[in-house]
Amino acid sequence: MENYAVEMLHITKKFPGIIANDDITLQLRKGEIHALLGENGAGKSTLMSVLFGLYRPEEGEIRMNGQKVEIRDPNDANDLGIGMVHQHFKLVECFTVLDNIIMGVEPTRGPFLNKGEAREKVLALSQKYGLLVDPDALVEDITVGMQQRTEILKMLYRDNDILIFDEPTAVLTPQEISELMQIMKNLAAEGKSILFISHKLAEIMTVADRCTVLRKGRYIGTVETKDTTAEELSAMMVGRQVNFSVDKKDITPGEVVLDVSHMTVASRLHKNDAVRDVSFQVRRGEIVCIAGIDGNGQTELVYGLSGLEPLKSGNIVLCGTDITHAPIRKRSSMGMSHIPEDRHKHGLVLDYTLEDNLVLQRYYEPEFTGKGGFLRRANIRAYAERLIEQYDVRSGQGPVTIARSMSGGNQQKAIVAREIDKDPELLIAVQPTRGLDVGAIEYIHSQIVTQRDAGKAVLLVSLELDEVMNVSDRILVMYEGEIVGEFDPKKVTVEELGLYMAGARRKEAAR
Amino acid sequence: MKEKKRTTAFLARPGVQTFISSLLCIILGLFIGFIALLIINPGGAVKGILNVIQNFMYYPSQAVRIKYFGQTLVKAAPLVMCSLSVLFAYKVGLFNIGAAGQYVVGAGASLYCALALHMPWYICLLAAIAAGALLGALSGLLKAYRNVNEVISCIMLNWISLYAVNTLLGQVKEAASPYTKSLSSTNKSALLPNMGLNVIFKDDYVTLAIPLVIVVAVLIYIVLEKTRLGYELQATGANKAAAKYAGMRENRNLILTMAISGGLAGMGAALLYLTGFEQWSVTQSSLPGMGFNGIAAAFLGGLSPIGSIFSSYFIQHITSGGAYVDKTMYAAQISDFISSLIIYLCGFVLFFRHFMAGMVEAREAKKAKGSGSGAASETDGDSSSDKKGGEA
Repeated sequence: MENYAVEMLHITKKFPGIIANDDITLQLRKGEIHALLGENGAGKSTLMSVLFGLYRPEEGEIRMNGQKVEIRDPNDANDLGIGMVHQHFKLVECFTVLDNIIMGVEPTRGPFLNKGEAREKVLALSQKYGLLVDPDALVEDITVGMQQRTEILKMLYRDNDILIFDEPTAVLTPQEISELMQIMKNLAAEGKSILFISHKLAEIMTVADRCTVLRKGRYIGTVETKDTTAEELSAMMVGRQVNFSVDKKDITPGEVVLDVSHMTVASRLHKNDAVRDVSFQVRRGEIVCIAGIDGNGQTELVYGLSGLEPLKSGNIVLCGTDITHAPIRKRSSMGMSHIPEDRHKHGLVLDYTLEDNLVLQRYYEPEFTGKGGFLRRANIRAYAERLIEQYDVRSGQGPVTIARSMSGGNQQKAIVAREIDKDPELLIAVQPTRGLDVGAIEYIHSQIVTQRDAGKAVLLVSLELDEVMNVSDRILVMYEGEIVGEFDPKKVTVEELGLYMAGARRKEAAR
Repeated sequence: MKEKKRTTAFLARPGVQTFISSLLCIILGLFIGFIALLIINPGGAVKGILNVIQNFMYYPSQAVRIKYFGQTLVKAAPLVMCSLSVLFAYKVGLFNIGAAGQYVVGAGASLYCALALHMPWYICLLAAIAAGALLGALSGLLKAYRNVNEVISCIMLNWISLYAVNTLLGQVKEAASPYTKSLSSTNKSALLPNMGLNVIFKDDYVTLAIPLVIVVAVLIYIVLEKTRLGYELQATGANKAAAKYAGMRENRNLILTMAISGGLAGMGAALLYLTGFEQWSVTQSSLPGMGFNGIAAAFLGGLSPIGSIFSSYFIQHITSGGAYVDKTMYAAQISDFISSLIIYLCGFVLFFRHFMAGMVEAREAKKAKGSGSGAASETDGDSSSDKKGGEA
């Protein structure tokens, strides 16, 4: 019998209404990199939470090195040498790297901290695995990549042998991703066993030895990556063949719809401006994509455009009218549609029904508000039913479904339907496919392209390079609040974009 | 099988769940009240709790019963207004603990207009509404532009209002007592019209206030559920960021909400003091309980304007009923003690409702599993309805 570091056998975990894990088996060999692949809602996180002791499964057992183990809480998991790098890092920003690493397991001499010993151990680990960090830097001052390396060192410092990486590449540049891949390989070569959670096929093909695929809570299979292809994995994950490329007509962009000049937006988080002296235009019939790593001013740029935040300086002109100081309602009625980044914060009133959410941008129009300020419920219902039908928004009870109870994909579809049906001149879409499954992504991309083909101007903000390359007609890269480069997606490589996104290179954007 | 399915669907309706949880709270409150009476003096417990429940039915005579029923109604009317005030703000995501203060300035404004300025009742009523609205708007302003938590500003304004009103009404008090002059001797035109209700109830304090309160409750229901204003205000309450995103003026909505809420509480005070039922004591150093009981009444009524009418009546009913508990066996404060116990338990309505909704959901999940459809929907992690945090 083969010796596995961890075996999760026939794990079943149910929640009211859904079976999150249905008889799932995952076997992690010693010293291998094992990918766990699946769409959102496939049960990856639940399975890892079971391994980490956050949930107790109804059925199934966990074995380590052939021995059955009980993992009742995260402390048990830690004692068994299981460590995890979370998608959102769990670091104390105002502490140094070293302090973060030793937190909770501080070495002491009598009542005093013994940081010298800790520093030596950290430096040794850092050298052994090529994890470059500055132990004395404050976490808030270091790059995301170094923060991640700090998280990895945290696991190693605790002598963990089973390392779980939860979507570790989401926040990294292409260069940082390839560094991480190398680090993971080093770790595996030193005998660590790695579980790598991802839905990015290319990365799995590059780094993983084997891959287990989940779909809708069920176990689909485990394959050796050297014997398979990205297409095959994708078909396993989705259950059908997927078309990754987006069909677009060739269109010559028309007149300027959005003209932004010297826009500066203050930051809410720190003293530096979040958006600095940014100028660009979006024309009819083109999709302009703002690419960049999360937190480089994209959010504030859109807040400035949509009116959620005031500009510090600069001008915005929409269809020939200066809207720099126009209220949000005015911008909206002039033809600006906005698919917001955070659909729960801005996009929906979660406790409202689907129909009430579908009229959120238009409820005040005479069609929906009659004389004396009374809502015209019948019209709202009819309108909602049309949108639900036309945009295929699925929900439990149709128009009266509470938005909170809908799936993420259908919530997003509802927002897309609402914003596109306004027949806008300018569509601003911020990460419109975040957290969605492949089917929904395809659908939303096709809707965005349809708008472009119909002669609308589209501004797409995305963190996913695949999306940037496939959907856009023109790419603007943002770094630290500035536009550092403009590219034609047909003439640029992902690697080159990555250099600009990481701030390693810059050129003046041509206007 | 079919029958069972129907019961589940019936129980799954939010209105039904609220109603059942409210009833549960009432029963539990009465039960704990009974236990308390048992502990203090076992001999009179059964009789005591029956007195509380009976209220005016304590009297054998039909005529006396109806008179005291009328008086319970007179005191229930302002409570309905206070609970509408709390409810309206709560629906918009604000916790108006300042209903007490808004009630106080309502009393102050109406009595001053009546006794010092000799205005007719409708002017006094409008003055009370305006005063309450102004005070509410002040908290709304602070919240909207200075992000001052409305609970904090309301509590401070409550006390400011109390002593300001005491000072103001000191000018119209009777020479020999701390109470304000009686309306019937000073300015009869300020008394609310009886509209013949005094004949039915054989009590002069029963006035226009009773039907007016019901009209206002219905109006509030219509505003919240049927109008664009209600749509906007509730969207602002449920998600301020989304309201802003949709181009609503969320700050205006906050201020307007607090103004309406304050106006309702102020009106409540006028509907009591303009009946002449009570006179204001200018030496009182505690806030009238009406505003605070409004909170309990709003939750017991399931946060529905129509429900408020019934819950307010119930709370007033047991509060009045407490007065009939045998004072030779229990201390004089026992009536307040029992009613406050029950009112306290009223706060558990949302808890019970949440619990019930969970049970119904679990049962449906079981059934869904039985039918074998593995509709493993991709519900988001945060989809469990969690809007309960607001009432702290």
